[in-house]
Amino acid sequence: MTTEAADPVEAVAVSPAADPGFLQRYGTTIEYILIPGAALVGALAVFGIFVALFGKNPLDLYFYMYQGAFGTWFSWQNTLTRAAPLILTALCTALPAQLGMVIIGGEGALLIGALSATSIALAMPWASPLVVQIAMVCAGVVGGGLWITLAGALRQYRGVNETISSLLLVYIGLAILNHLVEGAMRDPSSLNKPSTREIGAANMIGSIPGTDVHWGLVFGMVAALASYILIYHTVFGFAARVAGGNIRAARIVGLGVGKLIMTICFLAGGAAGLAGMIEVAAVQGRTNANLAAGYGFTGILVAFLARQNPLAIIPVAILLGGISASGGLLQRRLGLPDASVLVLQGIIFVFVLASDALYGRVGFLKGKS
Amino acid sequence: MADGSIGLWTVPLAVFGGAIRVSTPFLFVSLGECITERSGRINLGLEGTLIMGAMSAYGISYLSGSPWLGVLAAGITGALLGALHAGICSLPRVNDIAVGIALMLFGTGLAFYLGKPLIEPTAARLPAIDFGWWSDIPQVRAALRINVLFLIGVAIAPILFWAFRTTRWGLLIRTAGESSDAARAMGYSVLWIRLRATMVGGFLAGIGGSFLSLFYPGSWNEGLSSGQGITAVALVIFARWDPMLCLWASLAFGGAAALGPALQSVGVTSGYHLFNAAPYILTLAIMIITCSPKRTLTGAPAELSITR
Repeated sequence: MTTEAADPVEAVAVSPAADPGFLQRYGTTIEYILIPGAALVGALAVFGIFVALFGKNPLDLYFYMYQGAFGTWFSWQNTLTRAAPLILTALCTALPAQLGMVIIGGEGALLIGALSATSIALAMPWASPLVVQIAMVCAGVVGGGLWITLAGALRQYRGVNETISSLLLVYIGLAILNHLVEGAMRDPSSLNKPSTREIGAANMIGSIPGTDVHWGLVFGMVAALASYILIYHTVFGFAARVAGGNIRAARIVGLGVGKLIMTICFLAGGAAGLAGMIEVAAVQGRTNANLAAGYGFTGILVAFLARQNPLAIIPVAILLGGISASGGLLQRRLGLPDASVLVLQGIIFVFVLASDALYGRVGFLKGKS
Repeated sequence: MADGSIGLWTVPLAVFGGAIRVSTPFLFVSLGECITERSGRINLGLEGTLIMGAMSAYGISYLSGSPWLGVLAAGITGALLGALHAGICSLPRVNDIAVGIALMLFGTGLAFYLGKPLIEPTAARLPAIDFGWWSDIPQVRAALRINVLFLIGVAIAPILFWAFRTTRWGLLIRTAGESSDAARAMGYSVLWIRLRATMVGGFLAGIGGSFLSLFYPGSWNEGLSSGQGITAVALVIFARWDPMLCLWASLAFGGAAALGPALQSVGVTSGYHLFNAAPYILTLAIMIITCSPKRTLTGAPAELSITR
């Protein structure tokens, strides 16, 4: 995670552009697409070898992966449904990364956001659906936001490493969720799978017309777009990137680093909390341990693969959503264990990080400068 | 009724016995991470190493019938994952924390994938030594059934403490961790030192995993480790990179983790999940108390990216 992820617009502004050749102008952008792309292809190749060791045909594997992810309208809808929470949990890692922080606790913020959203929906049974939904969004964002702000505050005021604290908060959040779901908030009729009461069919947020994809996808895309504008086109975002690049310089020019950290962490956690709210209000209808499905952890991978760029998160989340959507088909047709998606994600992650070494070294992209 | 005769003493006794049982994985992972971090690199992937170790130990023990072969296999698996971590980290501009996160996910996924057929069968488990033979009370005997791995771990801590201070290898690891320039000036390859330190760290963490699947809880399933690895990494920071403090801290964490099951055994079931989260809450609380934004921690290796 080098913080040199300058956006293409700035890169052009910096270079004197005496000879605005194509490579010079777009070399960095091409690099940011080509290198992760190559890492992805490499990871897929290694995964193909891996399944070949278990006697499966890698070509079948790639075919079914494509079929399960993007082959039919049905699989596209499945993919997009899974991409929605991934966009939001990826923002939970990508936004703090602008400040040079590594937050990996999106799963915890998702759970707390889901819990807050469910609680507020259950507390206001008299209200109209729209009011309940707005309240749920607010509760989810605030719950998740405060959860990650805690990790940010500990970093800023106590010097506690945010990577470790945010991961510990995942386990604490899961314990709180289990405690409430099996205790105070338990629906007595949920016997095998302890759950809260349902928020009610009227309060569910429903699907985008003409599809089975819920509105969460739109929520996620809007959040990613807003984050992109915030980071690259506002003074606040500029300040955040300055602080991420050189925290001492940021202090010297008088930026309130503490305030930046808290705000960014709140927004990051809020995004993951919103993902939790969406999983409740669009998929599960209630809170239970099913919510800990690993979206928070896959989100970390999405953020790194997108090189922490909020806009790039959208296509990458769709890609990773596709990989996870194809898991079912791989299980049925090839008899691969459900964990094969996790293995592939791990391999991709390793390749993407190793490919960091390639930036600035790909010969033909260097241009003439 | 032996149960009635010791009454409420059941809880501290169960916590004591649990501290010894539960602390063993913490102990091995934290000692391993201690070696790695002293060489100037942090390996967050030990969570994945722990789970891979547990799976491979169980698999090899099941196939060979010998749990000790399983322990060895777990160690070798851990060392290989450590070599992978060190190998990727030795590439230019690659961040060790991020690689650790990647290997955490990779190790977990791979263990679940390969371990799928191992959920059903029962593997040969590690034997325990009965230190409670003198007592008639079953709870005392249960608490004092101690595994050899625990004793090995307890022995490794002072050996490491001594080795860091006096041996050539200890000095080299510390030099690489305090100033890679100094190590380079002396003609040593920092990457090579860190590779070996990470492999040894992975070896120990893998053995910690074998304890999980072969002794306590003593089976393989996908919920076997939930954050013990990462807690142990945090514990090294709390223990100030001192192997002896790692030992005491592991015992304290084991006790905290044993509190939930101990209370459950005497019928306190409310708040079970919260008691189970005690080690994480304790870790966080200790980090809040011992860290400071103004100075770097005493004893922290200067090259460590986590203490910047």
